[in-house]
Amino acid sequence: MIKAQVLVAGRGKAGGIKPASTASEAFDVSKTIFSTPIKGESVAKILVEQRLTSKHELYVSMVVDRSSRCYTILCSTEGGVDIEQVADRSPEKIISYKIDQLTDLQDFESRIVACRLGCSGKQINELARIITKLFQILLDYDAELVESNPLIETESGEFIAGDLRILMDDNSLYRHPEFLARMKTFEPDMTPLEVEAHEKNLAYVELDGDVGIIGNGAGLVMATLDMILDCKGKAANFCDVGGGADEERTAAALEIVLANSKVKVLLINIMGGITKCDDVARAILDIQRKMGISKTMVIRLVGTNEEEGRKILTEANIPSLNSMEEAAAKAVEIASKVK
Amino acid sequence: MPILIGKETRAIVQGITGSQGTYHTQLMLQYGTKIVAGVTPGKGGMSVQGVPVFDTVEEAKKHFKADASIIFVPAPFAKDAALEAIASDLNPVVLITEGIPVKDEIQLMATAKRKNTIVIGPNTPGIITPSECKLGIMPGHVFKSGRIGLISRSGTLTYEIAASLTNANLGQTTCVGIGGDPVVGLTFVDMLEMFRNDPQTSAIAMIGEIGGDAEEKAAEYILNTKYPKPVAAYIAGRAAPPGKRMGHAGAIIMGKTGTAETKISALRNAGVKIALRPSEIAAHLKSQ
Repeated sequence: MIKAQVLVAGRGKAGGIKPASTASEAFDVSKTIFSTPIKGESVAKILVEQRLTSKHELYVSMVVDRSSRCYTILCSTEGGVDIEQVADRSPEKIISYKIDQLTDLQDFESRIVACRLGCSGKQINELARIITKLFQILLDYDAELVESNPLIETESGEFIAGDLRILMDDNSLYRHPEFLARMKTFEPDMTPLEVEAHEKNLAYVELDGDVGIIGNGAGLVMATLDMILDCKGKAANFCDVGGGADEERTAAALEIVLANSKVKVLLINIMGGITKCDDVARAILDIQRKMGISKTMVIRLVGTNEEEGRKILTEANIPSLNSMEEAAAKAVEIASKVK
Repeated sequence: MPILIGKETRAIVQGITGSQGTYHTQLMLQYGTKIVAGVTPGKGGMSVQGVPVFDTVEEAKKHFKADASIIFVPAPFAKDAALEAIASDLNPVVLITEGIPVKDEIQLMATAKRKNTIVIGPNTPGIITPSECKLGIMPGHVFKSGRIGLISRSGTLTYEIAASLTNANLGQTTCVGIGGDPVVGLTFVDMLEMFRNDPQTSAIAMIGEIGGDAEEKAAEYILNTKYPKPVAAYIAGRAAPPGKRMGHAGAIIMGKTGTAETKISALRNAGVKIALRPSEIAAHLKSQ
């Protein structure tokens, strides 16, 4: 089997896994795989391995169960490329087993899962050992997800992980510097601006509209995007400068949001709490002087020291509004008029 | 009667000597919160904003009676700090820190559950009982005491909505940020249960967002237990694309789960009034 090594799920269906029975066939197949990007990612590496004939394809994964605040094993005897459909259409075929975090995963629990997957005799311990190992991988790498699909049961009754996928937890990367170093070279579905924002530690997601958005606080920015949508406008991005945004962060955010050529108008939504509105107003003016912002800005500034903040902006001829609704409507109106 | 914290609450600040810890200790003291001690390992004997600093929570408790903790310790050390608070029977433990590895959060919540400790957060603005006690980083002046219980997964959006409630003369009993991470301690359901039993609280404002199923669980609880008090909710993230993290670690739509639409319809089905704009929450509750 020839397998493309790419950081995307569902590569088999996308043509990234192909069989070959002779060396020259393998050469041709590899050439095709190397020249076909998979879900937008070009193929730099392939893995050539023995083709296995499977009696069964199992699915085994370990995930974070948010509402139970624990890790959960999800598995099924109907593994393979259609596992999403199985989960969708026949959820009863997905077995789930919650792991008690105070005792970790015990061997007997792995055996229970193996039995629920229909194992008997010697196979129970064999599959249980793999399940225990997968959980150890999850813990060792601080992963959010470890998934083997398919986990193959061969004709002779052995188990082999035909594939393994790990999703790392960004918050634990400081414990795994080897991945932090590699991350810069692998950014499968991020735009160049998103990569840049990520390096500057800004929460930025590029969208396909024309109203640039900056706000302080993730929830507030999401609410701003929703309001743009309700005004029949389209946001160009999500950008959160965070609760205690200082001048440097605000400048970095402005730089990134304005670097998107689709942006026709910039909406800044600040709810001053710990952040003081007059500080934000001064930062905006300062940045405008330094960067020479040519796009129209709509600024909504309320909260701590809002009167002083507004006064600073008014004196510089930058209008500011006091409700999110008004600000969103105004930004959408301006965007619709800019050619 | 206030929920979780009130006038009598005596708190310890863990990580008091860091810049955030020091700054917010000052603001909390100004608000009237009783902060009896701070803890930073190796800085025992110092004093921050007039508050004595100890090396361990145990030491601090030898000198002062304390009930609750608020933690400003950096993410790599936050689990340890929270476990220390739990071991010393502080309750609730308010965990402000953002960016804690999910494995640490899972291990921490398992211990908290065993000891019956309430963990608020992580990645939360904290909790405030207006005019009595503030254990958090929220601007105190947008809150006002009254009869609305407020539960939120967000920070600044909470201040936005609290300010609009206050402007509409709708004060609050207690306002809690449950945190923006995938794994948090206190949940919407836990808070709804507490507000249900609190005679001072007459209506509830809920602020949710995309990702996970905490809002759906709340809707289920409201419906199944025939919740006796009016609830109004705002859910952020209707315009968010699937698969992208919207700032908060927990705000991500995976496949078909976690969308604003499923949350809104579950809540609406449970009889919750849905605000499509943050400012509508006050209007919905005013009409009650």
